[in-house]
Amino acid sequence: MTSISKPPVRHPGLPRNALGLTTRDYEGGMSTLCAGCGHDSITAAIIQAVWELDLPPHRAAKLSGIGCSSKTTAYFMRQSHGFNAVHGRMPAVASGVHAANRELVCIGVSGDGDSLSIGLGQLCHAIRRNVDLLYVLENNGVYGLTKGQFSASADVGSKSKRGEPNVQPPIDPVLLAITLGATFVARGFSGDKKQLVPILKAGLTHRGFALVDVISPCVTFNDHEASTKSYRFTRGHRHELAPVDFIPVTHEIAAAAEPGAPLPVTMHDGSVVRFRAVGEDYDPTNRDAAYAHIRRLQSQGDVVTGLLFIDERAADMHSVNGTVDEPLTGVPYEQLCPGSAALEALQEEYR
Amino acid sequence: MNDFAFKIGTVNGTGSASANALIMQAIFRMGIPVSGKNVFPSNIQGLPTWYEIRVNGKGYTARAAHFDLVVALNPATYARDVAEIRPAGFLLYDSSWPLDAALAREDVSLLGIPFGRLCGEAFEGDRERQLMRNIAYAGALVAFLAIDMGVVEGMIREQFGRKPALLDSNFKALRLGYDFAKASFPCPLPFHLERMDATADYIIIDGNTAAALGCLFAGATVGAWYPITPATSLMEAFKGLCERYRVDKATGRKRFCILQAEDELAAAGMVVGAGWTGARAFTPTAGPGISLMQEFIGLAYYTEIPAVFFDVQRVGPSTGMPTRTQQGDLFSLAYASHGDTKHIVLFPANPEECFAFAVRAFDLAERFQTPVFVASDLDIGMNDWMCRRLHWDDSYRPDRGKVLGAEELERITRFSRYMGENGDAIAARTLPGVDARGSYFTRGSGHDVHAGYTEDAAAYSEVLARLARKLNQAAEAVPEPVIDRRGAGSSTGIITIGGCDAAVREAVDHLRSDGMDIDYMRIRGFPFGPDVVRFLGEHDRLFVVEQNRDAQLRSMLAIETGKPRDEMTPVLDYGGVPLSAEPIVEAVKGGLRTADSGLRIGQTQSALPGGHPRNPQSLTR
Ligand SMILES: Cc1ncc(C[n+]2csc(CCOP(=O)(O)OP(=O)(O)O)c2C)c(N)n1
Ligand code: SF4
Ligand SMILES: [Mg+2]
Repeated sequence: MTSISKPPVRHPGLPRNALGLTTRDYEGGMSTLCAGCGHDSITAAIIQAVWELDLPPHRAAKLSGIGCSSKTTAYFMRQSHGFNAVHGRMPAVASGVHAANRELVCIGVSGDGDSLSIGLGQLCHAIRRNVDLLYVLENNGVYGLTKGQFSASADVGSKSKRGEPNVQPPIDPVLLAITLGATFVARGFSGDKKQLVPILKAGLTHRGFALVDVISPCVTFNDHEASTKSYRFTRGHRHELAPVDFIPVTHEIAAAAEPGAPLPVTMHDGSVVRFRAVGEDYDPTNRDAAYAHIRRLQSQGDVVTGLLFIDERAADMHSVNGTVDEPLTGVPYEQLCPGSAALEALQEEYR
Repeated sequence: MNDFAFKIGTVNGTGSASANALIMQAIFRMGIPVSGKNVFPSNIQGLPTWYEIRVNGKGYTARAAHFDLVVALNPATYARDVAEIRPAGFLLYDSSWPLDAALAREDVSLLGIPFGRLCGEAFEGDRERQLMRNIAYAGALVAFLAIDMGVVEGMIREQFGRKPALLDSNFKALRLGYDFAKASFPCPLPFHLERMDATADYIIIDGNTAAALGCLFAGATVGAWYPITPATSLMEAFKGLCERYRVDKATGRKRFCILQAEDELAAAGMVVGAGWTGARAFTPTAGPGISLMQEFIGLAYYTEIPAVFFDVQRVGPSTGMPTRTQQGDLFSLAYASHGDTKHIVLFPANPEECFAFAVRAFDLAERFQTPVFVASDLDIGMNDWMCRRLHWDDSYRPDRGKVLGAEELERITRFSRYMGENGDAIAARTLPGVDARGSYFTRGSGHDVHAGYTEDAAAYSEVLARLARKLNQAAEAVPEPVIDRRGAGSSTGIITIGGCDAAVREAVDHLRSDGMDIDYMRIRGFPFGPDVVRFLGEHDRLFVVEQNRDAQLRSMLAIETGKPRDEMTPVLDYGGVPLSAEPIVEAVKGGLRTADSGLRIGQTQSALPGGHPRNPQSLTR
């Protein structure tokens, strides 16, 4: 099988963003995933989000590990550089990319196998480093690409297609990320693009590590009756926390102050994330409260989705390092090399 | 005069390192060629450690095989320390206590100085007494070896000038040892120092610092690492240099980014990510790290991403002996990762080459868009070497290789990442963040010349075949070997690599002065270039000296050039200490005898199936 590029079709009626681009301009190669795979819906949401953000394609870098989910970086933004790395190691690659060029908008895509088993250490350390990266974890409870083994996110009691129950407790990336000090933690559902798109936009705008765990059913290996990662189960048990609106900095921010917007959070670039109808017992800027709230709903059997925690004040990797503002790839060589006179002088100390 | 070696045996963590460095540097400042080898334990405090100093007016810097003087201050190693003194040599020991039976040797002169008692009386507190005991033995050595006291005092003043209390105690301790030696023994000893003027063009530096300087001057901006002996000091040196030369004066902001990763695997991934993005990026590590990095190395090879790896080799396999030296990673670097791979490897022999090859590594990595390894070792990396002054050519500009920017992309109709223009083995790349027309998808899975996913045999093979051609081409770009021919027509040669250089060169001088016609070649790069192949072809009796058990270099020469293995006699040393010249001379001369230091001649061959008996009987056939 060889990669298929989509034929360029002109759709004169499609709306254009500030760059004059349509959503089609943000598409990628033809997906080779199973028809109905949740991952394809996430791809569509990513396309919508970057189009709405007017993101210049060349400014983005798409990074992923290995898995059906990780393949999807080839299915959006064909005009952006993409890097399908090795299994579970996308966070290290992203850290290097961002270290080299802090102006790139890094979009990482991973799976639950990629992130929570082989790459768990890398995920934890990327969170700790607070590398500026949107990290989309396409979570289906199985290893899709190796044909359906349970992953570390499978719930206890969830059954495989052949009927075997999973016995080991799951690792919940959302709780893990909050515990580790992540500065942006959200959960979405591939079946709810309306909820997902503003979350992705906020995640892309967030300066630092933005984890977006997306329940993304694997129709081939984990969408049956006794699975807890199926479309049906997720629809039936989903508890949607305060929907958010993302108001980019280019818009009149004053509009954010309208009634029914109880909790606007201003992002580092001036954009605003506005939570609609947050319950009294929930504060998405309070780490401990957020954690407790998610746990409470989980114990009732609910899959909580929404933008769960956000901290816009934390320093990201480059702020901690104190790196210059311009990308390191753009610093002229003359400013990097001390030159022969400095070398001569330095060597006097080596005598 | 100016041709002797001495050795100081102490306990690590007691502060002897600075006293030892003081002595070596003082000799260097007297203009006399000197080398120091630190033989230390993988431990923080309490285990035996030795510092060996060789003084040689002719400039030989390989490790000495015998010692004229041993300073034995660690009772735990008395017996073996005393055994290393040459007949009629000297032993300096702490005579605060009665002579230990282990120290008795009839053919050695005893120099007893009660360092412990003297310092106990002169100083307060255990720590100061312990520290000053080191300075006291340094003072005694000043007297015994005729080290210039003015030079030593000057160095102490440089170090403690701003701390009067410390300055006073150091001077006092120095005098304690010096005066006692002068008053009790005929000073100086028969072998001692005499000022020369042979070090003006030299500096004292370790290979890791020199490599870090190379990274700085090459314009590396991203460094990723995970601490491991003996590579740690490379990144620490780089950090120190960057803080000095790469911080914007006005804003205090950094023109570098050092990432201390969670492990070597991540460090490799960071370097690959940064290299893909267009930064010069590197990671320093040792064998265990190289093992962890394998998957990323293969990815970088196949997706053609520049990345520089420093492997400061230590004794393997596994954790091995972390503080001892070896050249055991040659195979695992040259053919790192699964599938068909081959990599550029540079082999510096000393800090001067660590500096130069670091710069070269970045140029080669970007020109050939592939991982490049600099195979240093613990001896080169961590020991203080007398090294020719480093020079920098201000006209140097980084070789960024074929990178297409917006203008170039404007001129072409379609950018195909993995297609070499006009059949060229190197295909142009683009960097993210520059121009949408240059976008492509990087994948470690099968890809065609357009960077598209493929499972097609022909499309896959086309790219892989080009990679082979690319690496062949690199053979002509790596540093050429250093060849020293005796004259026309010698059919005997000795081949070596990396840090064996000093010992092998010294051995070659010996052999030649004994009347043997022997040519010398030191390999400095892999894939082997045409000069290497020619040298192999011109000699039918070759000795290959390297520091590993399995004659890895010899195997690589056989594999890559077809040179029959039985024309290359291995001379192997893998016990973990730097090589000396004597055993090489012996090995080449006799070709058979083995010492117990881990030196093996031809022995590994007997275990291999087939072929002729390969032990050399004589040099001339
Ligand atoms: C080092 C390594 N081990 C194993 C594999 C095989 N492998 C490929 S994808 C995968 C699991 C992917 O699962 P997940 O990340 O959940 O992605 P999904 O396919 O479910 O989207 C595995 C084990 C590999 N590619 N590399
Ligand atoms: S196997 Fe599952 S995860 Fe993979 S493409 Fe098919 S539905 Fe999607
Ligand atoms: Mg999965």
